[in-house]
Amino acid sequence: MTELNIDANQLLNTICEKLQSRPIMQKDPKMVGIRTGGAWVAQKLHEQLNMESPLGILDISFYRDDFSKTGLNPTVKPSDIPWEIDDQHIILVDDVLFTGRTVRAALNEIFDFGRPASVTLVTLIDRKGCRELPFQVNVTGMEIECHKTIKVSGPDPLLVSLVEHSEEQA
Amino acid sequence: MSPRLSAPNPQLNELGKIKHFLTLEGLKNHHLTEILDTAESFINPNTNEIKKVPILRGKTIMNLFFEPSTRTRTTFEIAENRLSADVASLDIATSATKKGESLLDTLWNLQAMQADMFVIRHAESGAAHFFAQHVAPHVHVLNAGDGQHAHPTQAMLDMFTIRKHKGDVFDLKVAIVGDVLHSRVVRSQIQALSILEAREIRVIGPKTLMPTHPEAMGVHYYDNIEAGLDDVDVIIMVRLQNERMSSALIPSEKEFFKLYGLTEKRLALAKPDAIVMHPGPINRGVEIESAVADGPQSVILQQVTYGIAVRMAVMAIIMSNAAQLAQHKSEQASLELEIDSELESKLDVTQKPTRSEEA
Amino acid sequence: MRLAINNARVIDPTQNLDEITNLYMSRGRIAGIGSEAPEGFNADQEMDATGKWILPGLIDLQARLGEPGNNYAGSIASETKAAVAGGITSVCCPPDTAPVNDSQAVTELIQRRARQAATAFVMPIGALTQGLEGERLSGMFSLKQAGCVALSQANQPIQNAMTMKNALEYAVGQDLVVMLRCEDQQLKNKGVAHSGPVSSRLGLPANPVSSETSALARDLILVEEAGIRAHFSQLSTARAIEMIADAKKRGLPVTCDVAIHQLHLSEMDVLGFNSLFHVSPPLRSMQDKQALQMGLKNGTIDAVVSDHIPLEKDDKLLPFGESKAGISGLETLLPLLLKLVNEYGLDLMTAVRSVTQGPAKVLGLNIGHLEVGSSADFCIIDPEAAWTLESENMVSEGKNSPFIGWEFIGQVEQTYFQGRPVYRNNQI
Repeated sequence: MTELNIDANQLLNTICEKLQSRPIMQKDPKMVGIRTGGAWVAQKLHEQLNMESPLGILDISFYRDDFSKTGLNPTVKPSDIPWEIDDQHIILVDDVLFTGRTVRAALNEIFDFGRPASVTLVTLIDRKGCRELPFQVNVTGMEIECHKTIKVSGPDPLLVSLVEHSEEQA
Repeated sequence: MSPRLSAPNPQLNELGKIKHFLTLEGLKNHHLTEILDTAESFINPNTNEIKKVPILRGKTIMNLFFEPSTRTRTTFEIAENRLSADVASLDIATSATKKGESLLDTLWNLQAMQADMFVIRHAESGAAHFFAQHVAPHVHVLNAGDGQHAHPTQAMLDMFTIRKHKGDVFDLKVAIVGDVLHSRVVRSQIQALSILEAREIRVIGPKTLMPTHPEAMGVHYYDNIEAGLDDVDVIIMVRLQNERMSSALIPSEKEFFKLYGLTEKRLALAKPDAIVMHPGPINRGVEIESAVADGPQSVILQQVTYGIAVRMAVMAIIMSNAAQLAQHKSEQASLELEIDSELESKLDVTQKPTRSEEA
Repeated sequence: MRLAINNARVIDPTQNLDEITNLYMSRGRIAGIGSEAPEGFNADQEMDATGKWILPGLIDLQARLGEPGNNYAGSIASETKAAVAGGITSVCCPPDTAPVNDSQAVTELIQRRARQAATAFVMPIGALTQGLEGERLSGMFSLKQAGCVALSQANQPIQNAMTMKNALEYAVGQDLVVMLRCEDQQLKNKGVAHSGPVSSRLGLPANPVSSETSALARDLILVEEAGIRAHFSQLSTARAIEMIADAKKRGLPVTCDVAIHQLHLSEMDVLGFNSLFHVSPPLRSMQDKQALQMGLKNGTIDAVVSDHIPLEKDDKLLPFGESKAGISGLETLLPLLLKLVNEYGLDLMTAVRSVTQGPAKVLGLNIGHLEVGSSADFCIIDPEAAWTLESENMVSEGKNSPFIGWEFIGQVEQTYFQGRPVYRNNQI
């Protein structure tokens, strides 16, 4: 097993560039980060993009689909969305897109708040080929193969490292 | 402190986590803290709102109120709906048991309708324990008040209120004033305060409204309210019910107020930042003066909001513990299966009777 | 039939007997006790009882036999079978049947059923007041004529002092012992548990010591004034035992008994809300229990009873306070007594006296002993047998016993009533 540090700032810059070229940025979008990794990433992006509306934080613990196996998450805190969801263009931010279950939970929760006009998914990393649900990322910093694991720590400094396994995990 | 009276605890599952919520007696600090922390997580800190969450979707919760109470039942119904559970409420006074169906038959019939949890309020002390003994293994019982014995969710919401305003229950001096003898809420509050390590718990009121052995409950009795309120951090006023006058336990509300009513003057004897609580509904001019009930130190109104979050927390934790136990058991089972198959494969190599050996 | 039982340890408090010897029985009566058979005695059957004990058939002053009426489970037939399974051959049944035993007709009905069952000697206790309502006196003379051995109010003591005084004065003339439960209903205040730390903690309605002692004080005074023989039933408090001891010292003709479960259990057993521990009077404090044990040791307590109450399963399948009070106790009276001997240092003769000579004296009857010529009512005990009480093995129709699962040393092997074997333990 080897660990490889990835330049987080590079990824953030890549994302900001890609985002700025999108028409969504002209529509006064609202950014929401998924706790905890996504919140750290969203924090950075929110600053870098100099967004006007305050950042929203989503805690999806209550929306996970594995409650009947693992029960409550002991570190759950309430979500904090400081504006109305209805008719907004949401930029949903997470650290890694993996199976897609986290995004499913996040979307369910967002829709319990209200009806957004659109949702754009932004992640630092896309673990391609690992999807268990039909989701795709709209803007990502970097794609990696499925069998590599990502470790994200934060909020300051934001560190991303790649853990390479010598064999494919079942 | 009082000598510990040990009692068997049917509330915990094999992993020591809460399965039934019947009384606070026998629970530990971490059990209570988990409830308070979880309740916290349901409340949005900026808006004080409690949003609906889907965690108990597909679960059926039945409210069995053998003793009527619109307030408590409504709070539970709201909490259950916020958890997305399917809810059915039964006012038993008018239904089957009055027609002669036995208590257990009523319970078992309801259980057959796929109930996952029963929230029960009953006039007999020990009723919740009784139900918990007779439900199927996958069904949970939550005590919404049994006789004079316990009302654990109410006590937890009182602890939540104290924590909100005082940071922590640990090391506080708490005075409880009024009818302690007949109050299940107070019994549960005393247990909660003791488990969360309050420094001192005082009960204040006329001897006729006190339990015969306060020291066995771990409290100090004061018959003089001025002495009892000296330097306390929290004052909990308890409602005086009309029956107490007619049972010759106290002469009149007027006399009670003179001796034990919380006035501004008496409140001043407590610490300057002491808070005033009351499980409600309050009798103005009997337990408490309006100036105090509406004053800056009173936190009476907030107690209601917290009640929903606390009840959500208890129900969520019970179902979460059940899920984790099931997971643990299936992991154990597959582990055993692995070991068994390993052993079997070893046996295969060493010995196997062949057909030809059978005569 | 002429039976010789050889080499048994024969224990008979009335004769001050505790010896390894032989017992001879002929035509339903005791023919002799000794190393040699009485003259002219030729045994048809001989039994080797080496290592076994023989006790007089026990006398239980308070056991409900299930009929007439539906207040309790079982019938005279089933419950007398349970009695002899516990080595008990004489049982007093209280008047709280349905209808109440306040008339000749009911008394005769009970005796007829008992004769039909032919298993044990049933002694009806007649009601002091009509319907046990505590207002109008019952026909005490008629009850005595019909065969009642005593008068009582069962569990419904007379609250009105004037009525009580009259009842006692009238009863004196009948020369029947009056058995009195002492309980002031108002002080009891619907309490279901002893007023103490446990009831405080559990929020169970409390029954204070004073409900027993204040009623006892009143009754002792009225008993003294009336000059009647009074027996105080199922006392539960230390203070009450003191008051009885004082009364005896002053020369009053009073006796008392306690229920065997009060000598083993206390309020601590109520902690789990298990309705099998719901009894009346309630299980009291450890100090009360110890005072009762002491009272038995020093003779203040004259008899120990089972206070047998056989109940249907549903009567106990309710929250504590709603359940019916009572223990199905015929089969555990002797085993629990022996436990006191083995584990609490109670002297064996005292223990046996409390269920033979003691109750016989209370009733003023010539029973409960093995004197030559008396009815051959006795039980054979295996003092070494180790066994566990299981509800499947209980003979009584009532399985409401908190002692299920308890281990005992000493078991009834056989019981003889009027010279006939009415019980044999299949497990030995």
